[in-house]
Amino acid sequence: MQALNELVQQAKDTAMGQAALSPNEAEVARQLQICNACRYCEGFCAVFPAMTRRLSFEQNDIHYMANLCHSCGACLHACQYADPHDFQINIPQSMAKVRLETYQAYAWPKSMGKWYQHNGLWIAICLTVSLTFFIALIMMKQNASVFDGSKALGFYDILSHNALISLFAPIFIFDVIALGIGLFTFLSKISPVTGEVGPSAQASLEATQNMLTLKYLDGGHGEGCNNEDDAFTLSKRRAHHLTFYGFMLCFASTSVATFYHYALDLPAPYDLSTLPKLLGVVGGVSLLLGSIGLAKLNLSRHKDHGDSQQKPMDLGFIALLILTSLSGLLLWLAAKTVAMPLLLALHLGSIMALFLTLPYGKFAHGIYRGAALVRFAVEKRQPSRLILKED
Amino acid sequence: MHTRNLRCMHDEPQDVLVESYSEEEFWQDLLKVTGGQTNEEMARIAIRDSSSCRPWMKKHGVRFQPSLSGALHTARTNAFFMGGGKALINAYFRSAENLGIQIDYNATAFDIEVKDGVFKSATFSHLRLDGSTTQETIYAKSCVLACGGFESNIGKLRDAWGQNEWGEWTADNFLIRGTRFNQGTMIDRLKEQGADIIGDPTQAHMVAIDARAPLYDGGICTRIDCVSLGVVVNKFAKRFYDEGEDFWPKRYAIWGRLVALQPGQIAYSITDAKAVGRFMPPVFEGTKANTLEELAELIGLDQNVFMQTMHEYNHACQIGTFNHTVLDDCHTEGIAPVKSHWAMPITQAPFYAYPVKPGITFTYLGLKTDKTAAVYFSDRPSPNLFAAGEIMAGNVLGKGYTAGVGMTIGTAYGRIAGKQAAQFVLSPMQPHLIDSGLAGAMALSPSLENTLSEES
Repeated sequence: MQALNELVQQAKDTAMGQAALSPNEAEVARQLQICNACRYCEGFCAVFPAMTRRLSFEQNDIHYMANLCHSCGACLHACQYADPHDFQINIPQSMAKVRLETYQAYAWPKSMGKWYQHNGLWIAICLTVSLTFFIALIMMKQNASVFDGSKALGFYDILSHNALISLFAPIFIFDVIALGIGLFTFLSKISPVTGEVGPSAQASLEATQNMLTLKYLDGGHGEGCNNEDDAFTLSKRRAHHLTFYGFMLCFASTSVATFYHYALDLPAPYDLSTLPKLLGVVGGVSLLLGSIGLAKLNLSRHKDHGDSQQKPMDLGFIALLILTSLSGLLLWLAAKTVAMPLLLALHLGSIMALFLTLPYGKFAHGIYRGAALVRFAVEKRQPSRLILKED
Repeated sequence: MHTRNLRCMHDEPQDVLVESYSEEEFWQDLLKVTGGQTNEEMARIAIRDSSSCRPWMKKHGVRFQPSLSGALHTARTNAFFMGGGKALINAYFRSAENLGIQIDYNATAFDIEVKDGVFKSATFSHLRLDGSTTQETIYAKSCVLACGGFESNIGKLRDAWGQNEWGEWTADNFLIRGTRFNQGTMIDRLKEQGADIIGDPTQAHMVAIDARAPLYDGGICTRIDCVSLGVVVNKFAKRFYDEGEDFWPKRYAIWGRLVALQPGQIAYSITDAKAVGRFMPPVFEGTKANTLEELAELIGLDQNVFMQTMHEYNHACQIGTFNHTVLDDCHTEGIAPVKSHWAMPITQAPFYAYPVKPGITFTYLGLKTDKTAAVYFSDRPSPNLFAAGEIMAGNVLGKGYTAGVGMTIGTAYGRIAGKQAAQFVLSPMQPHLIDSGLAGAMALSPSLENTLSEES
């Protein structure tokens, strides 16, 4: 009878254009119904104000709210209905599980989404292939004399600039297309349930600020989120800032260098006093420190935060960031030594692995969370459809 | 632990609090809800303390947030803790640990020794991580009791409420909104040793909650908020009280007792499609039906009586201009009990029913104390035994309730009791009264959680 009722409900939902929920989505809907009757956590982040605008939670609402959740853990430690309570509320964990499903659902091409389930394997394959490729390339170039140390080589003696561009540009362009399609699909799902209209200048500005400052890792009171326990800490926010801005500086360094190379006819290597090098060194150090910090925080995180099944994905992405920044810095320091060709292979290999895994790994969180924050900024400016008597 | 705010006096807007709420207005509100069963001196001390305690709370890690959506009517009078009571308790315990205070978790105090009004020791059973229990008696120079009322003790509630006219043990159908640990053990032990007791054992803060809530710890989310939008019938399918007497935030606290006095201690809040989206979302889905007949069948009420009740009500509705934000002119005529406001015929499918039971938040019977929070023995204050929170709230709140007032009393007298206990330890008079070489002050609080006070 129970099964029959479920089937009937499913059929009804499908007929009404509402997708049947996955078990993880249904769990989020169950928990949000309890949260919506409680609301003690309203001040922590954007998830709860978004929740109070709703009476029920359909798939699109759940996808939107799951990506709005920054997994800061504040609501878990404050929750009067968390374990050992019968209600078993754990919003950061249930949201994390759905988030992974959304990355998978919106991945392009769709068949590649399955790599989110075996992300550790996926990263290992990409890294192995990339490293092997570059080591082999360098060995071929040097007639298998990489390690003989007879003379110091420049980067472009090993791989020409054009060769590098022709290798990396297609991967980068593919990343932009794949993530762009994912973003578009996600937005087309969640926009109708978040006020339909596009973002005003004000909403865009607010969303951008919330992204760039990681507003929702501040705990609502500015003292930060939770990591090991109920104490507030700004360490996650800071480590993420170092990582994100370090990554952006490295990216800027590469862009400026490309401009120098083609527009100014100034090929690498650059001195420390030049813009590309300065950006690269500062960015690399920042990225390295930030990603080591994130790794430490990830490993010391309270066991109930987030979805422990996703640690391989989280740590795999962080490991690639560490490898990329560390090998880049070592390459700079050891540019004039015999270790250079091997470090170059390591650096280029890890960058290639990073970009190959970009649309099918943890990186995607930034894209979908950013989109959810934009929609939140739009939605909160719309009048509520509810007329709760006490308001 | 299920608390969410604190009623605060303030003469001008203060961060999360808007406008002003004077001492006099607070006192008048308290006088009204208690019907005079209060102690003005003690009440005014708590009220004044509420204007200055928030910086202290912040210092110890409590953070505040603006009034919650759905509770905007309290933005002037009540300061909400960010994350609610558990976040507050987490912050206090963390702060205490940082001050070097030793905290024994999983320890239940089951006995206390008092001689001539002087506290000597308390005896605990400790639940160890391996599942074993050990006993320990701790001697201390002074002690603060902050261990709650007896609302979790069904046996004691049963004794207090007795049997009703249908031969039912009324308290058997009560649900406890907070922790299971408020057993009233210390009240009993101290009563045996001559402590003065105040309050009526049947007085409690009792609200209407969803009958499907768990026996303990349902907290705020199980409340039923749609009473004033429809009608409420008992298990004989009859209405029994004016559902539209006043705004729900002013009435929810009487409905627990109203339902407790009905047969089976159960009632059903009946609404139709017009109510959807007009009240705080319920934690459990209502029973939904396309006709009233079907609804009666689904919730197991006598269909004929139910239909008669609904017909009478629907025909008695004098429809004016429905406005849920004011005491509007939609009322009934010619039926008893009347529905004074927001009376709209229940005619628009789908129809919904929510089962309602009495949910007990805290009891008012407790230890007699004075403005120094000292516990009284034969009308004389103890020099070194103090009480704070639910165990003494009845001194100020003899009956009734207004949002956040329990937390006001708890915070004010908690601070007073702590100060008194520490002062006694440092005072020159204490060596005459108690053995030297004892530990300093100790405090007994619910082993894991605290239910004092709660929502609005």
